[in-house]
Amino acid sequence: MHELSLCESIYEIVDRTAAGRTVTMIHLEVGQLRQVVPDTLTYCWTVVSDQTTLAGSQLVVHTVPVTLRCLDCGSTTTLTDELLLLCTKCEGADVSVTAGEEFMLTSLELAEA
Amino acid sequence: MGRFHQHEDSPDHEHHGDHGDHGDHGDLSGYETGPERVVVLERIFGENDRLAAANRSTFDAAGVTAINMMSSPGAGKTAILRQTLVNLPDTTRVAIIEGDIETSLDAERLAGYGAQIAQLNTASGFGGECHLDAPMVASALPRLDLVTADLLFIENVGNLVCPAEFDVGAHHRVMVYSITEGEEKPLKYPVMFRSVELVLVNKLDLLPHLDFDLPLFLRNLASVNPAATVLQVSARSTEGLDLWYNWLAEIGQRSERAATISATPREDLPACDPRADADALRASTRKRP
Repeated sequence: MHELSLCESIYEIVDRTAAGRTVTMIHLEVGQLRQVVPDTLTYCWTVVSDQTTLAGSQLVVHTVPVTLRCLDCGSTTTLTDELLLLCTKCEGADVSVTAGEEFMLTSLELAEA
Repeated sequence: MGRFHQHEDSPDHEHHGDHGDHGDHGDLSGYETGPERVVVLERIFGENDRLAAANRSTFDAAGVTAINMMSSPGAGKTAILRQTLVNLPDTTRVAIIEGDIETSLDAERLAGYGAQIAQLNTASGFGGECHLDAPMVASALPRLDLVTADLLFIENVGNLVCPAEFDVGAHHRVMVYSITEGEEKPLKYPVMFRSVELVLVNKLDLLPHLDFDLPLFLRNLASVNPAATVLQVSARSTEGLDLWYNWLAEIGQRSERAATISATPREDLPACDPRADADALRASTRKRP
């Protein structure tokens, strides 16, 4: 349950970037290797943004699947359900994670002026 | 951040966006249409990571090697630290940041062994957080005289999820796993098990009394973190702990910071008992490449 403190970090970035403009949507990229629960994050956002200039804005979480590159055979694996960090081709465990660790605020949508 | 990067020596390792090169973060073209959209591309851990880097600079300037110790509640972090304080040579000076949501019970268990201890309760002013982050650790540093310490243990809040996400500025990340937790934990908490360079497999003295499948656990661990060093120990029987003390001496020697500050002769570590060789054989000591 660290979504609340994550929302405080998000608030700091949005508040600084919006600079007083009205924000409607906040787009995040969250890799599947981040242990973030999207529903909890969006709920915590309503708590953190309540009674602030960002009240009513919505978090939109774009989930990024985990992609691995095998350091043995060189093939690329995209994980579907289980987060087993193994190459699906040669079953090697010596892999580098090429996607799935993102945790980034990508963009804001502002209300029409 | 580098904390998930277990292959830093590999020349063909692709450094990803956590290093600040935001150019490869998926197709963002859909975000850039429409006049009311502002592209931000800012890492949400950015502020924490800046403070973590500042903590690391503080540790470097003081010549102290910092170790972030993580585990689930009750795995034995404090018990291992207590044995460590008893058995490390007096010439190795230790400081501890003791992270807990409530109480100073763990700090009390560690008092009286010559280490400086700073208690950090996340319930007091930090919203009862389930982890330590870089600002919290920074707030504890003024209570320690780091210049007179060789090793700083940062005992994190017991939790297999959140502490893995927050860089606190430590040089090394270690976890304690106890064999009462079940073989499947690396698969359930891959981010934690993947984020550390050393796993202390604790409570080994209980092995005869449990249905624990040690080889299966080691396979599960290797499937999420093949580079991790694994040491099998028991804080209760002290079995295997010499390997941990040796690891601590090694990282102390690797650290130029420690070498310049402390003239500690590392040879005066406690002599290994005859079981140590057997322990060493049993320990799955897969060193980092």
